[in-house]
Amino acid sequence: MKFVDEFRNADQAHALSAKIAALCEPGRHYKFMEVCGGHTHTIYKHGLEDYLPESVELVHGPGCPVCVIPMGRVDDAMHLAANPDVIMTSFGDMMRVPGSQGSFFDAKAQGTDIRMVYSPLDSLKIARQNPDKRVVFMAIGFETTAPSTAMTVLRAAAEGLENFSIFCNHVTIVPAIKAILDSPDLRLDGFIGPGHVSTVIGCRPYEFIARDYGKPVVVAGFEPLDILQSIYMLMLQLSEGRSAVENQYTRVVPWDGNVVALKAIGETMELRPYFEWRGLGFISHSALRMRPGYARFDAELLFDVPGVRVADPKACQCGEVLKGVLKPWECKVFGTACTPETPIGTCMVSPEGACAAYYNFGRLNRQRVKEVSRS
Amino acid sequence: MTAGRTEQELAPGSDAAETHSAAWVADALREHDEQARHAELQPNPRDERNPGAPQPAAGTVREEQVLERIDRARRSRPRVKEQRITMSHGAGGKATRTLVEAIFLDAFRNPLLEPLEDAAQLQINGSRVALTTDSYVVSPLFFPGGNIGDLAVNGTVNDLSVAGAVPLYLSAGFILEEGFEVDDLRRIVAAMREAAAAAGVQVVTGDTKVVQKGKADGCYINTAGIGVITHDMTLGVAQARPGDVVMVSGPIGDHGITIMLARGELDIEADVISDTAPLNGLVADLLAAVPGVRAMRDATRGGVATILNEVATDAGVCVVVSEDDIPVRHEVRGASELLGIDPMYVACEGRLVAVVAGADADRALAAMRAHPLGEQAAIIGHIADDPAGIVLLKTAFGGTRIVDLLVGDPLPRIC
Repeated sequence: MKFVDEFRNADQAHALSAKIAALCEPGRHYKFMEVCGGHTHTIYKHGLEDYLPESVELVHGPGCPVCVIPMGRVDDAMHLAANPDVIMTSFGDMMRVPGSQGSFFDAKAQGTDIRMVYSPLDSLKIARQNPDKRVVFMAIGFETTAPSTAMTVLRAAAEGLENFSIFCNHVTIVPAIKAILDSPDLRLDGFIGPGHVSTVIGCRPYEFIARDYGKPVVVAGFEPLDILQSIYMLMLQLSEGRSAVENQYTRVVPWDGNVVALKAIGETMELRPYFEWRGLGFISHSALRMRPGYARFDAELLFDVPGVRVADPKACQCGEVLKGVLKPWECKVFGTACTPETPIGTCMVSPEGACAAYYNFGRLNRQRVKEVSRS
Repeated sequence: MTAGRTEQELAPGSDAAETHSAAWVADALREHDEQARHAELQPNPRDERNPGAPQPAAGTVREEQVLERIDRARRSRPRVKEQRITMSHGAGGKATRTLVEAIFLDAFRNPLLEPLEDAAQLQINGSRVALTTDSYVVSPLFFPGGNIGDLAVNGTVNDLSVAGAVPLYLSAGFILEEGFEVDDLRRIVAAMREAAAAAGVQVVTGDTKVVQKGKADGCYINTAGIGVITHDMTLGVAQARPGDVVMVSGPIGDHGITIMLARGELDIEADVISDTAPLNGLVADLLAAVPGVRAMRDATRGGVATILNEVATDAGVCVVVSEDDIPVRHEVRGASELLGIDPMYVACEGRLVAVVAGADADRALAAMRAHPLGEQAAIIGHIADDPAGIVLLKTAFGGTRIVDLLVGDPLPRIC
């Protein structure tokens, strides 16, 4: 298939794999974090780790939109949805995220009107079709999805639609990366930068990582060859003693980002003073809310939202997994109490979550498997 | 409308933080502890671990222990943890299997039901007979390549066929919604008649119920079917053994993607039609050609991935398949990529998966390809012994991953 198979070519993968191996210094261990959950998914789905030497380790980062939603926000959303006047709309990924009283899917099975949409514009359509109802869109995601929320709000404003609002949970990636860099638990050699986020914010926001922390960053695409090439580019920087921000995903990511999208976000949303991240705690200036000029679309102002903080279950180690300190299988409840069908932690919910990706695709002994696949 | 906005509704107790304890988490953890005690496994103390350091050998050993613990958890008695039925219970994946085993099998348990094959194999007065039933709730009722009528006939014909039976007689039960157009019913029944004629079966009994408007979605159909088994092979996914090959009779995922696009919710257009077709002719040719057929299944809900997992679990083997060898139409692959769905989980309605002895592989493939419904049949993998219970996929990219049972419900009401 065009524009897909080219980026999954096994011959080129073998060539890159050899080049990566050749750059490994004997006795040195390399740890790279792929910030974005989309990368985690690709890595496991295509079995990319089979191409890496043992001394190169990938650490899964916090860039999975549903993984970082704290339980309290899910409870708030469930409370909103329980209002009989409300039709709650949400992306599919969010439907299975457990709050303290269960997930959207559980609520839906009990008759709460929660509908899955593929785009916030679908929510707008539902609002137009149901003028006697108040339609709320559960907005989640990094700078990748924030523009579509912003554009939807702008369109709702232009149409004068009054029964549509946003429960805004948009977060920003840079403060999270900074929190990880400042965390004493983890020694990283470099970052595979988030490709989708960067289509919006560009590559400049990562410059502090290379400049202040001396770590190389390569913004990467989402096909397996993209990621392999990015690892090679990181290794090359390390072998040359450089640390810079480089863009592997030039076919999509402009260095300065998407100005139109950024303007739409800036027009409708502003930074919150702080926001709670699942497992990472409160991070200042790390999330977005509606600007006062768009308060009429802000579900948090229109409705009563309990805003209760719910502590994560003690056994759940999502925070450690999100920071890359623990591997998914190192969590105490991984695969037994916490599985994709009955997730306790968010990392097990989304296909982009490190735990779900490992459980669904990577739950095997690579050494043993190599022998089997050779047979 | 605007008046409603000032309304503030407070759920009882919503202002008290302590009411937000997650009882279901406590339950899950209790179960986890019980399992851990059973296994007499020392929990891994994390304290002495040095987080930054590389940990090759010891880490691999611990990972292995964790994988074993997970295996045990997966083998434990299935339990429905949900309070209510969700769409996942009908998706043909993990939740469906749990529901069937924990509720239905538990209640009706007998040796004929226990194999959970597509059709039960019975002995009646010395004759071997296969019996099956299936209900159809597809939405939309009419779609490119067919409608609920031919689907209802072909689905039951196929369930009998893959059990190795010659399908003979069908029943048809209709649940109709008040207000449903009689012309639409005529079209559906005409399609059933044609499908029955093509498969060489007769509809010999039936039932009709009408429910009030809003209590059903137009038309639901149940069909049951009976057939005779004329050979003396023992077929079943538990028969698979190392050295066997795994085959599919044609490109996968056509039906599921067709239905998804026919709903018109996605604004995606693709030139793809349902693969609904009767498989009895193809099965007869295959069984006549080679003695070494171990098992056949038609890949409906949950797709090829689900069947491969059933083979791995029930036979206690490893199924190794190669992504490059699995036939998928460009249109289906493209739509799946866009939707983030794996075609391995997408339903077919006229494709079978067969496990055949390695020695018979070439002849079996030739027999399938000689039939019009099997022209694009392919050998997609083989059976190995280790790691047991696992489906391994060699990706086109050249890596390896597992293929698990479907979780959740990406494509509701496809059949």
